[in-house]
Amino acid sequence: MTTPRPADTPAVPAAARPTEWPLWEVFVRSRRGLSHTHAGSLHAPDAAMALRNARDLYTRRSEGVSIWVVPSTQVTASSPDEKDAFFEPAGDKPYRHPTFYEIPDGVQHL
Amino acid sequence: MTNLTLTPALALGDDALVLSHRLGEWAGNAPVLEEEVALANIALDLLGQARILLSLAGDEDELAYLREERQFRNLQLVEQPNGDFAHTIARQLYFSVYQQLLFDHLATGGTELAPLAAKAVKETSYHRDHAEQWTLRLGDGTDESHTRMQRGLDALWRFTGELFEPVDGLDAPWAALHDEWTTRITALLERATLTLPQGPQRGAWTAGGGRQGLHTEPFGRMLAEMQHLHRSHPGASW
Repeated sequence: MTTPRPADTPAVPAAARPTEWPLWEVFVRSRRGLSHTHAGSLHAPDAAMALRNARDLYTRRSEGVSIWVVPSTQVTASSPDEKDAFFEPAGDKPYRHPTFYEIPDGVQHL
Repeated sequence: MTNLTLTPALALGDDALVLSHRLGEWAGNAPVLEEEVALANIALDLLGQARILLSLAGDEDELAYLREERQFRNLQLVEQPNGDFAHTIARQLYFSVYQQLLFDHLATGGTELAPLAAKAVKETSYHRDHAEQWTLRLGDGTDESHTRMQRGLDALWRFTGELFEPVDGLDAPWAALHDEWTTRITALLERATLTLPQGPQRGAWTAGGGRQGLHTEPFGRMLAEMQHLHRSHPGASW
């Protein structure tokens, strides 16, 4: 096959063949004005197919108006071992919460 | 029901019903879970179309479950067995490009089918996109996937002429639709490094007659599976 591969069909990473497609994380925005929320993950050979699979798996009951897919390998996660160092210092600082203000009537989404 | 006349709703409804059932056969058998859901989604879209169309032609349950093989008016293409995944994709490609062109045309007309066509054409665009994406990947993938995709396209080619045989009561520019279909398929296969099959689409050695109730051998077995529950337990409900 000497013909160049079409630009919108990137090659499957060799490591992913033949047994396993790469994993993708799916983020769905349920409606305009809200942010994308992690919905789950799936396998797909490339980004274009991941987007289509995400459409079929996560928006078939009208759950969304927009989808992002991200290669799972590109997600850097915090380590469970560092949980205390990362998160506990925030635990006793209630003054960081905006709970000391009166919320005017009619303000939504707070 | 023996004197069922061929109406456009019946013809297009049977296409959708039969292809829906074939795609449903992938449930539990697809190469990967994600693709199984994709094929099942397409099958359900088609089932929705079939319900509306067959309801225009009569009682949907009676039409789906109580007709004999010779009373079905679907194209022979849609009743062909799934084969391997590439074979199914070839069938999807041929059919979805045809269906999108036809529904695009019907959506702008003033017939009773116009509202359905206008709604269904969005689904059909997705079915076509799904088939195109896979045709590109299989055609321009490995040697094995290329061989299988080409084999599927070649095997089903002789069923494609029937897509553009005029249907009584359905006013459409059939020759122009066929030209457009050929243009699109040709362009896509070129991108996918595949070859447009060279065999005839009309005349001897091609298929046809589905609209007149003539079907291929595998169709009887498919119908038996589709209908046996309803026929074994008439009037049963959940």
